[in-house]
Amino acid sequence: MPAVTETIETVQAVTDSTYKWGFETDIEMEFAPKGLSEDIVRFISAKKEEPAWLLEWRLRAFAAWQKMEEPRWPSVKYPPIDYQDAYFYAAPKQKVGPKSLDEVDPELLRTYEKLGIPLREQAILAGVEGAGETPADSRMPIAVDAVFDSVSVATTFKDRLEKDGIIFCPISEAVKTHPELVQKYLGSVVPQGDNFFAALNSAVFTDGSFVYIPKGVRCPMELSTYFRINAKSTGQFERTLIIADAGSHVSYLEGCTAPMRDENQLHAAVVELVAMDDATIKYSTVQNWYPGDAEGKGGIYNFVTKRGACRGARSKISWTQVETGSAITWKYPSCILQGEDSVGEFYSVAITNNYQQADTGTKMFHIGPRTKSTIVSKGISAGHGQNTYRGLVRIGAKATGARNFTQCDSLLIGDLCGAHTVPYIENRCLSAKVEHEATTSRIAEDQLFYCRQRGLSQEDAVGLIVNGFCREVLKELPMEFAVEAQKLLQISLEGSVG
Amino acid sequence: MTAAPQPGAAGFLARYQGLKDHLPGARLPWLAALRADAAAHVAARGFPTRRVEAWKYTDLSPVAQAGFAEPLTAVAGALTLPKPRCAARAVFVDGRFRADLSALDGLAYCAASVAKHLNALEGMLGALAPLSEHPMTALNMLMFEDGLFLDVPAGVDAGHLELLSIAVDPGRPFAFHPRHVIRLGAGSKLTLLESAIGGSAQYLHNPVFEIDLAEGAVLTHGRAQQEGEGAFHLSMIHARIAAEARYDTMAVSAGARLTRMEIHAALIGPKASCHMNSAQLAAGRAVVDTTTALDHAAPDCASRQTCKTVLAGQSRGVFQGKILVRREAQKTDGYQMNQALLLSEDAEMDSKPQLEIYADDVKCSHGATIGALDADSLFYLRSRGVPADQARSMLVQAFLHEAFEGLEDDTLREALTAAVDGWWVRHGTAS
Repeated sequence: MPAVTETIETVQAVTDSTYKWGFETDIEMEFAPKGLSEDIVRFISAKKEEPAWLLEWRLRAFAAWQKMEEPRWPSVKYPPIDYQDAYFYAAPKQKVGPKSLDEVDPELLRTYEKLGIPLREQAILAGVEGAGETPADSRMPIAVDAVFDSVSVATTFKDRLEKDGIIFCPISEAVKTHPELVQKYLGSVVPQGDNFFAALNSAVFTDGSFVYIPKGVRCPMELSTYFRINAKSTGQFERTLIIADAGSHVSYLEGCTAPMRDENQLHAAVVELVAMDDATIKYSTVQNWYPGDAEGKGGIYNFVTKRGACRGARSKISWTQVETGSAITWKYPSCILQGEDSVGEFYSVAITNNYQQADTGTKMFHIGPRTKSTIVSKGISAGHGQNTYRGLVRIGAKATGARNFTQCDSLLIGDLCGAHTVPYIENRCLSAKVEHEATTSRIAEDQLFYCRQRGLSQEDAVGLIVNGFCREVLKELPMEFAVEAQKLLQISLEGSVG
Repeated sequence: MTAAPQPGAAGFLARYQGLKDHLPGARLPWLAALRADAAAHVAARGFPTRRVEAWKYTDLSPVAQAGFAEPLTAVAGALTLPKPRCAARAVFVDGRFRADLSALDGLAYCAASVAKHLNALEGMLGALAPLSEHPMTALNMLMFEDGLFLDVPAGVDAGHLELLSIAVDPGRPFAFHPRHVIRLGAGSKLTLLESAIGGSAQYLHNPVFEIDLAEGAVLTHGRAQQEGEGAFHLSMIHARIAAEARYDTMAVSAGARLTRMEIHAALIGPKASCHMNSAQLAAGRAVVDTTTALDHAAPDCASRQTCKTVLAGQSRGVFQGKILVRREAQKTDGYQMNQALLLSEDAEMDSKPQLEIYADDVKCSHGATIGALDADSLFYLRSRGVPADQARSMLVQAFLHEAFEGLEDDTLREALTAAVDGWWVRHGTAS
């Protein structure tokens, strides 16, 4: 089977040179002392000039965290994390609260330019080379909140959004400007003591985005946050809170990268979504943290808690994720379907190449009547990658007429990788219907043969088949992101498929 | 009347201390060592709680809380046995072999009491069933008194054999833990019909099967579990399947208040295969659990599994099925389907299929569905004049039918169908 041999050889040929976002920005930083203690929690809170209730909230989370044990049930292996050997706060030194982009350190602006993230309002997201070929003005603008290590450095299109009453700002700013909203919703979907990493995040979160869409408003542009880890020995702990009031609609994108380093860095984020009656939240992630090198050295530990609550009737939360980066990914974007007729969706592509590990999936809690959920998960394993889909569908006794459909497909490239599926299905309702199907296979020889026979090169043929495999998920992404995601897929598997 | 026996693991350990010099093989050092090891495991782990992942959905606390006595003396008096379904029959009463009730003369292979053949079982008994991971297996090793030893020489077609277990009501809760050891030589064949019945008392039937199939051997294993209403049936099968050998098992679980039928099968030689089909039925407050682990450890092996669950009343169904495909198991073909039918508002089904795959040239899939009877199908039948009860019955039978597809043996088919029909007569119309 020359085709297979070739594929395996190319997998081995992958080098870390394919990670184009691995540069480091040399900028003067301010750190909290290393380690984690109540004092550090107080330090972060003071740094952010937070009200007393939030400090209390953090301290309660920290107390809970100290009593918790790091979860060992995911199918991922990593050495113990020394929480005392990391910085929990790192921020670029700059004037307090820059009024406009002109006041932002040009070095930072250059960083985002290099990453293809426009912080100038006339610009648009140009995720990868070639994406900028279309004239800029012909495309939809995207509002960006740029988070650099522990702080948000810039947020664009704020004024335009304010005209519609939309609040889009760093969460640390929202704490000051809209304390009533933050206090009401923070921790209402992911409580402080929810799990080990969520408790850690609740204690030390530094920044992240806050979004509030008022009643009946359709957000006129895509909102996005771009997360960048830059400093050494830091962890990033951001917290995102999105509230879509009755009848509103918002599409939110999230992207992330980090420098190439031999050390592992921790990223433990919490994302909370709240959708009221008839509201829709579409949350898309292209996760491209540094995955480590071909020997599995370095890379980000991406341990994230994402959960959305469909509180209102006919509300909808849709998660789409393309997971190509990180040494280890551990996340389960979930939906709590409380409102009657509410809808939860989860579309995921996860790629593990080299020594990457991913344990990801979703949880759908059907509580209200006639709630519906769809899960489509595509896992691709290459090299020594280990890829696990882990999901839960729970239908409560009152979720009459609830409906779930789940499909998880895994693709194996090479015989040193692994693909695993661990779905949990719990049904307590007679009139609910649950369907789950999963397949695991490699790229079929006849598919490859068909493509090659029509003159495609081996690599193009594999690329085409992989893209087809992921199509159902990629088509859920906003157009700008879909282009970036497709290229990312190819780069992630470069050598093995692309 | 003696004082109520002590509950939980401590109760079993206390009774083991009292009994250990009287248990069969007490003077065999290898067996004494195994029992001591089992005692250590039982003492360390006790009964699993729902915090243990493998027992997440099945709560053993009713078993742990009950105090069981061991049936010390064989029950005297006449027993009415069901009509034999096979010419050869091994009968166990309360877990003890009863030569007087069995028909095993003139067989071309060995079929006998484990307790009487312990000398020949060193290195074999306990070899396939590890104690460390399975608490009920450890308990079985600790307390077993007897079991069926089957040894079919290479090349022999052993025909049919019935293994019947009867629990007789002694008027107080009791437990028995038979250990069955089955070995099929290269190219041999056996069709085994296992039935379990019992009275209405509270009892624990905790059998462990160790099944070893040599190259090309074929074991067809039909299982009709029709224990009494107060029974806990926790069975464990460990099967090792060599190259080109085949292990087919078809189970019906239609009795007991709590059932867990667990199978761990390892395909260790090329072109070995395993089919594991089951139909589990529950009504009232019964719990039925099918848990399987299939280990593909060699290339070109195939596994097929269909599990059907029908739940009425306030019953709960559990399916946990894991398929592991090791790196060397290229060209594996694995298929697993579990479907559940809820017949009442208060029934609950929990399902956890699982794939763990380390080889790339494989074809593995699993599917799961949970739902109620299809309203359109019911309407179709009723519009053609079929009464509601009968229409429901027809649809449930059709639903279960798939679990028996590929079952060619008439004896097994009749026995299993009778078990399903018996359940439907008792519970079908009430649900």
